[in-house]
Amino acid sequence: MKREVPLLISMAAGLFVLIGFFVPHPAIRTGYDKIQQWVIIVVAFTYVLGMANVLRLNVEQIRRRSRDWPYKVALVAGIVATMAVGFSEGTKYLDDNTGFSWIYNNMYSAMSSTMFSLLAFFIASAAFRAFRVRTVEALLLAVAAFILMLGRVPIGALIHPVLPQAADWLMEIPQNAAKRGILMGAALGVMATGFRIILGIERTYGSDSGA
Amino acid sequence: MKSAAWILVLSLGFLPSHASGFPLQAADTPNDGGSSVTLHWTAPPRPPAQWVVYRSEPGKAFAPIDTIGGDQTGYTDKEEEGRVVQNGVTYRYRLVPLPEDATLLSDVSPPVQAQASWFDTGKINVFVVTAIFLSLVLYYIRQAERGKKWGFRTIAGLTAIEEAIGRSTEMGKGVLYVPGVQDIDDIQTIASMIILGNVARMTAKYETPLLVPTPSPAVYTVADEVVKGAYSDVGRVDAYRSDQVRYITTEQFAYVAAVNGIMLRERPAANLLLGAFFAESLLLAETGHEIGAIQIAGTANVHQLPFFVVACDYTLIGEEYYAASAYLSKDAKLLGSLKASDTVKVLLVITIALGAILLTLGQRGLAEFFATQ
Repeated sequence: MKREVPLLISMAAGLFVLIGFFVPHPAIRTGYDKIQQWVIIVVAFTYVLGMANVLRLNVEQIRRRSRDWPYKVALVAGIVATMAVGFSEGTKYLDDNTGFSWIYNNMYSAMSSTMFSLLAFFIASAAFRAFRVRTVEALLLAVAAFILMLGRVPIGALIHPVLPQAADWLMEIPQNAAKRGILMGAALGVMATGFRIILGIERTYGSDSGA
Repeated sequence: MKSAAWILVLSLGFLPSHASGFPLQAADTPNDGGSSVTLHWTAPPRPPAQWVVYRSEPGKAFAPIDTIGGDQTGYTDKEEEGRVVQNGVTYRYRLVPLPEDATLLSDVSPPVQAQASWFDTGKINVFVVTAIFLSLVLYYIRQAERGKKWGFRTIAGLTAIEEAIGRSTEMGKGVLYVPGVQDIDDIQTIASMIILGNVARMTAKYETPLLVPTPSPAVYTVADEVVKGAYSDVGRVDAYRSDQVRYITTEQFAYVAAVNGIMLRERPAANLLLGAFFAESLLLAETGHEIGAIQIAGTANVHQLPFFVVACDYTLIGEEYYAASAYLSKDAKLLGSLKASDTVKVLLVITIALGAILLTLGQRGLAEFFATQ
C-alpha cells in the first residue's frame, strides 16, 4: 500500500498536468494552477527538512571533531548569523542598506564570483587535454576549435578574412545540426520518461518493499 | 478639455448605432480560458493619435474601457486593471478617435461573447505527436508483456556505471552521485532520481559507500527516500546511513564549492554527474579528474555536453541520459517505452525529410502544421 499510493498520486498528478497542457478551460486550468501552487507550498516545507539536515550533520561533525571541523564551525556560524540578521530585519530584509543585503553583496557575491572565475583556469586545463590529437575525432575537434577561436577574435580577421566566416559557418551549420539532433532526441526522452511515470511502469523511484 | 467633452458625450450613449465608419471585427479570443475578446480592424489611411475603445453590454450604454495607440490594428479586451469580461455576456465594441474626428469613428462591432475553450487548437501538432507516441508506448508495452524482446545498441556510459561502482568497491572507496543543480520540478532531476534508485541498489548490494549532495531541500527529501527505498529493496536497510544524502545549498557556486570540497576530502573512486548542469559542470568535472575518479556524466543541457565530453570518462548525451533507467533496470516494459521512442524518432526523421521535399516543391502545409506558437 505504501508503494501503490505514491504511484497513484504520481500518475494522477502527471495525467492531470498533461491534460491541463491542452485544455485551457477553467474547469481544468484552475486545478492545474492550484497544483503548481501546492508544489511551492510543499517545497517551502522541505526547506525546514533541508536546514535541519545541514545543521544536524555539521553540528555532529563539530562535536566529533571530525576532519576539517573548523570549516563546519564557520558554516554553522554563517547560517545562524545570516538567519538572525535576516529575521531581525523583517519583511524588508532584501531592501538596500539592510544588514542582510550587505552580507549578500559583500560576502556571498564576492565568494560566488571567485568560484565562477576559477572556471577560466579549469577551461584552460580541460582544453589542454582535449586538444591532444590522438584520434581522427580529436583532430577534427582541434581543427574546428582552432578555426572557431581565431574566427571569434579580431586577430583572426587580420590573419585571413575567411576565418570569421568559417567560424560562423561552423556554428551555424554543423554545430546547429548536431545540437538540434541532440535536442530532438532529448525531447523524446523527456516524453518517454513522462509517459513511464504517468503509466506507472517507472517505479525505480519507489521501493519494492514499501520502505 | 474639448477631448474630455467629446468622450463624455460618447459615454452618455450618443454614439450613432448605425454603421457609419470602418468595420470593426470582434471575436472570442480562441484557445483560452475565456474572459477575453479580440478586436481587429484595418487602419484608416490617416489614423488618429489614439483610439479610445468603447464597450457596451446589455442594458448599458457604451463606456470607454481603454485608450491605445492610433497605429494599432488589434486589441484584446481581457480581465486586467480592474476590468471584467464575463463569459456568456454579449458585448459590442466601438473605436473612437482622439483627438475627435467624426470621420474616423468605427462601426459598432457585431455582438460577441467570451467563451472558455475545451481544447487549445494551437497545440494540435503537439497533441498528434503525443497521441502517436503514447499509442506506441502502450503497443510496445503490450508486446513486452507477451515476451517480445528487442536489441538495443550498447551505451558505453551506462555499461560503465556498474563497472565504476565495482571499481569503487574494489578500491574500498565511495561513489559520489551529483544530481545536477536544478530543483525537483525539472525533468532532468526527476530522471536523475530514477537513475539514483538503480545506482543505490548496486551500491547497497556491493556495500559501497554512496554520497549524494543535493542542491535543493526538495531534491534532498526525494533523494533520501529513493536511497532508503533502494537499500531496503536489496535487503540492506541496515547499511543505509542518514548522512548519505545531504542538503548543501540552493546557491549554484556555493554548491560547487561544497561538492568540490567533498571530492577532495572523501576522494571517491567514481563520480556520477547526472542531471541538469550549467556553468558549474566543468568546475565539478575537472576537480573529479584531478582526484583520479572514474567519471560518468549525463545531461540534456546541450551547452554543457562539450565540457563533460572533455573532462569525463563517459558522457550520456541527451536521450541516452533519459534511457538510463530502462537500460539499467532491464525491465521489459521500460524497454518497450525505449522501443516506442526509437520508432517515433524514425517517424520524425521521415517527416523532416518529407517536409524538406514538400517545402522545396513550394508546399508549406506540413511545415506550417508543425510550427509551434
